[in-house]
Amino acid sequence: MIETLINIALFAMLITTAFAIVRMDHLFGVVMLSGVFSLLSAMLFVTLDAVDVAFTEAAVGAGISTVLMLGTIALTARREKRVNNRTFVPMLVCVVTGAVLIYGTLDMPNFGDPNAPAQIHVAPAYLNDSIEEIDVPNVVTSILASYRGYDTMGETAVVFTAGIGVMLILSGLRHRRHSLRQRLRLESRRRRKLAKRGQT
Amino acid sequence: MRHHLILRVITKLLVGAIILFAFYVQFHGDFSPGGGFQAGVIMAVAFILYGLVFGVAQVQRVFPPWLVHKLLALGVLIYAGTGVWNMLLGYEFLHYGSFAPHHMSHGQHSGILYVEVGVGITVTGVMVAIFYAFAGRRPQLGDDDW
Repeated sequence: MIETLINIALFAMLITTAFAIVRMDHLFGVVMLSGVFSLLSAMLFVTLDAVDVAFTEAAVGAGISTVLMLGTIALTARREKRVNNRTFVPMLVCVVTGAVLIYGTLDMPNFGDPNAPAQIHVAPAYLNDSIEEIDVPNVVTSILASYRGYDTMGETAVVFTAGIGVMLILSGLRHRRHSLRQRLRLESRRRRKLAKRGQT
Repeated sequence: MRHHLILRVITKLLVGAIILFAFYVQFHGDFSPGGGFQAGVIMAVAFILYGLVFGVAQVQRVFPPWLVHKLLALGVLIYAGTGVWNMLLGYEFLHYGSFAPHHMSHGQHSGILYVEVGVGITVTGVMVAIFYAFAGRRPQLGDDDW
């Protein structure tokens, strides 16, 4: 009963925050509100007993992404540009996509259904055998790092690639400009040499 | 932020505690929520907070960009290296059996520890590198430093 009330309150705050983000055009406020949004979803994960996910959401969503968004704002603009296009087509696309997504959830098993495919496939084996095989009390850790070690290695590689990508994009232009300047310097030196040779 | 005395004092107090908490999350992930990913993010937050308050130049004296860029790759290498090490000793990739051949769960403990350290190092490196890329307007790493 009390959990239902907490869920309803959290979802109401989540939706309010989402609407506030859409309505606001002051980007600093938008960034702060998206941090609030992440923190609220972290609380929802806690009520679902997914503390590991909540931890990650709070650290990454509310912490790091807020800082990175503020960094982006510092490099770009403080206010959203107002567009006066018609909103009918985007609205239609959103409504249709939302309806399709909701239609897709109708086939999914109910929340907490013990006979859902996710509960009867490999999850019982992990829960029953992990203490004997791996002896780590936190099953999430033993699944992530041992049973699903390949997946976690892939995730680490994805994080690595993302970091490399950001570094390439944000510093690539300057390097190119720098090398252009170098090229011009080399060009002028070559011309001077040619001119000298022409004189002699 | 030179004139924000309160921010600077509180930051100095917090940075140590944040790093300690990151190590706790890293090495206590077997028993409580957390693990390499969360610990890496928290560790990065310590440096990012320091950089926000004292300036990027100051934090880069402690944690220079060339070191960050090396760590980024080192973590993935540790993770994959754990797998390859086991392959070389005749086990399957990422099997962890070679760390304690006669005791299954002890080998798993060591394997999980090494792998999580790899994840933590990469995530710390990536988060700090992204922060440096955003915050540092000029490229800090010249072509000759490679």
